[in-house]
Amino acid sequence: MRLVLTPEQRELREAVRSFLAAAAPPAKARDGYDPAVHARLNGELGLSGLIVPEEYGGAGAGMAELAVALEETGAALLPGPFLATAFAALALTRAPDKELLTGVAEGRLTATLALPVVPDGLTARAEGGGVTLRGTLPQVLSGAEADVLLAALPGAPAADGSGAPGESSAGGSGAPGESAADGPVLVAVDLGGPGVTRVPLETLDLTRGQTRVELDGAPARVLGRLGAEGAAAVADLVAVALAAEQLGVLRASLDAIVAYAKIRVTFGRFIGSYQGVKHKLADMHCKLEQAESVVRHAAWTADEDPAELPHAAALAQAYVGRACFEVARDHLLLHGGVGFTWEHDAHLFYKRAKADEVLLGPPRVHRARLAALMEAGEPASTEAAGEPAPREA
Amino acid sequence: MNLDDYRRAARAWLRDNAPAGETPPEDAIPHAKHFMARLYDAGYSGITWPARWGGQGLTQAEERAFAAEARHFSLPTYVFSIGLGMTGPTLVDRGSDEQRERFVRPLLRGEEIWCQLFSEPGAGSDVAALQTRAVRDGDRWIVNGQKVWTSVAQHADWGLLLTRTNPEAPKHRGLTMFVVGMRDPGVTVRPLKDMTGRAHFNEVFFDEVAVPDAHRVGEVDDGWSVAVTTLLHERLSISAGVGMGRAKDDPTSLEALRRTADTSDPLVRDDLVELHIRTRALALFNQRLAQEAEAGLFPGARGSAAKLLLAELTLFEADLATRLAGPSAVVGTRDGAGAGPLAHAISLAPAMSLGGGTNEIMRNIIGERVLGLPPGPRVDKTVPFKDLKVGTQG
Ligand SMILES: Cc1cc2nc3c(=O)[nH]c(=O)nc-3n(C[C@H](O)[C@H](O)[C@H](O)COP(=O)(O)OP(=O)(O)OC[C@H]3O[C@@H](n4cnc5c(N)ncnc54)[C@H](O)[C@@H]3O)c2cc1C
Repeated sequence: MRLVLTPEQRELREAVRSFLAAAAPPAKARDGYDPAVHARLNGELGLSGLIVPEEYGGAGAGMAELAVALEETGAALLPGPFLATAFAALALTRAPDKELLTGVAEGRLTATLALPVVPDGLTARAEGGGVTLRGTLPQVLSGAEADVLLAALPGAPAADGSGAPGESSAGGSGAPGESAADGPVLVAVDLGGPGVTRVPLETLDLTRGQTRVELDGAPARVLGRLGAEGAAAVADLVAVALAAEQLGVLRASLDAIVAYAKIRVTFGRFIGSYQGVKHKLADMHCKLEQAESVVRHAAWTADEDPAELPHAAALAQAYVGRACFEVARDHLLLHGGVGFTWEHDAHLFYKRAKADEVLLGPPRVHRARLAALMEAGEPASTEAAGEPAPREA
Repeated sequence: MNLDDYRRAARAWLRDNAPAGETPPEDAIPHAKHFMARLYDAGYSGITWPARWGGQGLTQAEERAFAAEARHFSLPTYVFSIGLGMTGPTLVDRGSDEQRERFVRPLLRGEEIWCQLFSEPGAGSDVAALQTRAVRDGDRWIVNGQKVWTSVAQHADWGLLLTRTNPEAPKHRGLTMFVVGMRDPGVTVRPLKDMTGRAHFNEVFFDEVAVPDAHRVGEVDDGWSVAVTTLLHERLSISAGVGMGRAKDDPTSLEALRRTADTSDPLVRDDLVELHIRTRALALFNQRLAQEAEAGLFPGARGSAAKLLLAELTLFEADLATRLAGPSAVVGTRDGAGAGPLAHAISLAPAMSLGGGTNEIMRNIIGERVLGLPPGPRVDKTVPFKDLKVGTQG
């Protein structure tokens, strides 16, 4: 198991960090999505193609590298569809599609993924050579900016639309009709195409939008079969990717308040010299250390140890999601009154942290999953006890 | 030997040699010493210590591989934990070659037991405020004073002793470190019953104790920098669990609670998930620190974060275990075993938040050394020690 960055990963981090510091500092985040920055991010750094396999023009890197990049985009509160496109690319690694993958790798195409990975309320009908979708996706991340929406249907669309796959709830298990027998399939919809209405939503997070997407006979392309296992793996990968962004938000929040605690004076002393402040910052640092460890582990697991991924992904969301919000909250509070102002950036971190914490469902779902996995005999007890598992080399 | 072979060999050795069952208390020390000698002879004591001084000269990878296997056993290494985790590494880092030659191998082999004589009634967190005096007398020093909370002193052969040698200097600049023979004339050890009812720590009195200058560690009046080395090792070794021999049948562990609690109750499930999350997050952090150390990045003050997290986890898990068990957590039968394992666990839990530096002190260290926050105003850094207010006043 590898929990420290390789020299190459450190280089990647430096490159992304210095690019974002110049092109997209958090202060710019409230201006929203800047397609020019997004294009440069992909053009100069090749970030959107990071995890796209080389045969499709990407860099063929793993989750460990993606996590490094997402930590930095999170720290910068980068607006726009970068995270959403990463989610979509993760789904595409399970059902590869040349056109979409090369588009993403070249930075021509932005995409998003319906959440949960197999959403409720979609019905699909096979018509002519294609498929059409009906239904509403109430909250699509970066749905206004993305060119393409990916969604998993519980099973292959039936010709007459009966046994509508969307009527089943999760993972395709128990989906009516033969169509669902082999599990979820991944489909793609052109969000600028016919039959698609996008209704932008007012969002807490001012730096990244969500959109209601109404599909009324929107043409879709079936990309491939994910299967129940594949759909679950995509959900886990998404959880890990989000945790990496949350780690960045956490780190940047802590950095900001530590810097402020060294310059703000009250009663003749820097506020950071008061233990009421210092000790809180120390506790926030402890959360950062654990969060980074949990994220590195989850990313390593995604790349090297798929059997352990469900557990590592649930842990990542359960721990890092909460830690990120708590740190962002305390960083805001320790700024005093100015932290509550619209002008100051503190609330941007606070709001991103909250939006991220609930993005994949109420946080209790991750805890419930951990409970279920523990019951199923996970994790390897030696690892839980604090030592590497025997399989570690 | 590759790591897998190393691990397999360690497992086999432990299976054949780790003690099974309880040892009667009166035999505990000879038994532990005997085990330690075999551990050393098999090459599993001082795995990462320099070969020149009797260690194995291997890497953290082997150390962790061994530790992972050792977790399945309850090894009787507790009395050696101060030597292995704190005083030994201090001698390796800061001792003279003669001292390393003389002390390190017997320490690793369990032939000699060590204690750490820093805290005093008036100086714990503020250990540099200590008052035990050492006065030079030719090529030896005469020590007078009192230490307290000294773990395993009642069994110890040697102690690492921090003394004041110059009360005219500011407090950090008048200290000197020595190795003292615990059975030397003038040394009196009085066991102190701790809140668990056992006597694992002691008061130690020094009355005109002669210590040869050859047993001085570091320069005269530079004992503070040696002590800082010890304290860094202390935090790291506590958080990494060196020699703590956390019993495999710990009744507050997640595994134990899963067996005993009603896991169909959603509230219980959530409690166990919380324990699992915290345990796992800390375990991964410790592994990351170990990997960084392997890569040549010394964790330094960040070890204080691991120590603080472990202290809080220890309180949390004992507290949780007793809450899950309910009334039966606080009673036992009168068969000499006390009020039972959970009562013992909740009694022992505060130790981790006090020994090795309190949680407040860890937060100060993280704030000032890791985050670089400004220190609070201090009056004690420049004033001659003799003019300072120390200990309990009024
Ligand atoms: C089980 C156990 C084993 C021990 N073993 C040893 C041993 O082997 N050798 C040895 O030398 N010592 C040992 N100790 C002593 C231990 O290191 C001290 O007890 C500890 O450092 C606290 O010092 P104190 O008891 O003097 O408390 P004090 O320093 O008086 O602390 C009292 C309270 O004030 C707080 N406080 C103090 N200073 C500050 C500050 N600057 N900022 C904020 N809060 C502050 C403390 O956190 C604490 O809550 C052991 C202690 C225990 C409990």
